[in-house]
Amino acid sequence: MAVKKSEAVLDPLWNNNPIALQVLGICSALAVTTKMETSLVMCVAVICVLTLSNLTISLLRHQIPNSIRIIVQLTVIASLVIVTDQILKAYVFEISKQLSVFVGLIITNCIIMGRAEAFAMQNPPSRAILDGIGNGLGYSAILMATAVLRELFGSGKLYGYSILPTVSEGGWYLPNGLMLLSPAAFFIIGGLIWALRVWKPAQVEMDG
Amino acid sequence: MFEEYLNLAVKAIFIENMALTFFLGMCSFLAVSKKVETAVGLGLAVIFVLTVTVPANNLIQTHLLSEGSLSWLSPEFADVDLTFLNLLCFIGTIAAMVQLVEMTTDRFFPALHATLGIFLPLIAVNCAILGGSLFMVERDYDFGESVVFGLGSGIGWFLAIVALASIRERLRYSNVPHGLRGLGMTFIVTGLMAFGFMAFGGIQL
Repeated sequence: MAVKKSEAVLDPLWNNNPIALQVLGICSALAVTTKMETSLVMCVAVICVLTLSNLTISLLRHQIPNSIRIIVQLTVIASLVIVTDQILKAYVFEISKQLSVFVGLIITNCIIMGRAEAFAMQNPPSRAILDGIGNGLGYSAILMATAVLRELFGSGKLYGYSILPTVSEGGWYLPNGLMLLSPAAFFIIGGLIWALRVWKPAQVEMDG
Repeated sequence: MFEEYLNLAVKAIFIENMALTFFLGMCSFLAVSKKVETAVGLGLAVIFVLTVTVPANNLIQTHLLSEGSLSWLSPEFADVDLTFLNLLCFIGTIAAMVQLVEMTTDRFFPALHATLGIFLPLIAVNCAILGGSLFMVERDYDFGESVVFGLGSGIGWFLAIVALASIRERLRYSNVPHGLRGLGMTFIVTGLMAFGFMAFGGIQL
């Protein structure tokens, strides 16, 4: 059982990554990754909501009638997201302004719905929590990797600190403006998926 | 008046395309774009649902949720502010509308229902739909503007997914590097498309 528990957390990181393999929760992954700060807040928010929603739904799983389960799941998730949104507005108002609608869009982040439907409905609470943490971390891994690349090459900074001094501030690095634009996010995630699949060839899709 | 609406529509369709500049509805965008036929079906359903839900949520926001809007019930409620409930109300409206649309098309337009049927439940959790309503709130659109915005952003999403599906159908004949096949390549193609759509940036009518 101990092995299995660690698998529940670690599996979604490399072997069954929610973004790279299951194609879930991509919307927010692309939009908030221009800076590490915003992505970090987003990751923490998603991990919290995902873990708590998995726990709640797993606790309620015998009570939820099958025919209205989607509505019940959405209500649980929406309530959690409202709490998260209010907390962010209260404590990190600046970042919450930058994230704008994307905090609200955690509700429709398919990772959360997907895990509630596929995992939490069938498993006991303790496993569901681990699964939530694991998938949240898998999501965060891709998000942070993208954010590091985009912020470092797009504005020469990491977490707001200058790493490569830019020309406009008297340094030598000419920032690559493309990195801050939307297409770069697609290229970077495409590249990350490529790298992951070269490393783990079992994930390669043979058709298409 | 008309010019203003036209400007808003062009902005929603091209300049601020839901899929390619805001990355909304990406999950179904990438997953359901293998064939043009299914992409058209999903695209139509999105146009339909966006056009219905954005104005509906606009009414809910202005008459039920925003600060002081409940004063029509009784003067005591003049300073009640329920905006924090908007996420829950919007998602409820969307889920209910999707259900309603599904039942209506099933009853009156069976042919359309046969095409859209399987996609309608998917749409309830499509972030483009909720995103449309949230942008409506953030940008303070009035009722007329939200009708135009809903329709426009739906059309924009439709165009984007049909274009991607057409490209992917042709892509089958090309020799893509092994690890990049499928999802990886789709990301790169979408990135290139987003590049193309950036050319619309800065257009003012």
